[in-house]
Amino acid sequence: MYRRSFKDTRSSLGSPNPNFSKPMVALRFLRALSLVRRSGLGACSPSYRARGIRRAAYACMAASAGPRRAWSRALLRKIRRRPGRGLRRPRAVIWRHRPVGGGDRLEVALRRLVPGGGCMEYCRLLEEAADYVKCLAMQVRLMQTIVDSASHV
Amino acid sequence: MSSRGRRITDEEMSELVSKLQSLLPESRRRSMGRASAAKLLKETCSYVQSLHREVDDLSDRLSALMATLDVNSPQADIIRDLFR
Repeated sequence: MYRRSFKDTRSSLGSPNPNFSKPMVALRFLRALSLVRRSGLGACSPSYRARGIRRAAYACMAASAGPRRAWSRALLRKIRRRPGRGLRRPRAVIWRHRPVGGGDRLEVALRRLVPGGGCMEYCRLLEEAADYVKCLAMQVRLMQTIVDSASHV
Repeated sequence: MSSRGRRITDEEMSELVSKLQSLLPESRRRSMGRASAAKLLKETCSYVQSLHREVDDLSDRLSALMATLDVNSPQADIIRDLFR
């Protein structure tokens, strides 16, 4: 039974999400950016606007990953729970249940960092972390590209 | 019930470990040396934290750029066209 569920895990490791191609993420994020600018945030203080941009970044990232991932579901829940308010960082602080078994210090740290990582099984946590890292790195590269191209006007 | 109640085999664990390791940037992989699960967790946590910081920093820079640049400008249209 355990081996079978791991195989399901393994198959989902490689299965591509059609929504999560780099151009789609870029387009979604660019649209979000122009929305940020057109909304009242465009005239706000830079730091307040930066919070809106950061929230848009995580929201686009999670929306592009889709509902198949626990981290993207957790992120979207967190962001949608606080509309209009600045989000410091979507840290997985609000745990519905305590992490099962306690775990060692490093495991607990990883559970805090990966959204929704609070009470999933260890094996699943590693898989979610891998996907989260991949998407987060892509989001960072995307934002860097936009900053670079916007800086060379 | 312990979080490691499921008996994961060594083979399955090493597969997950190598997948996570492959996602780390080259510089971090090199500094890890011999990969153990503990070292990998540590590097992954550190990498995620640095990525979070980069998102914060890039959000600040985009916010500053937004003040000076019209996102609906030709540059943005060009980027959009590239992805059409």
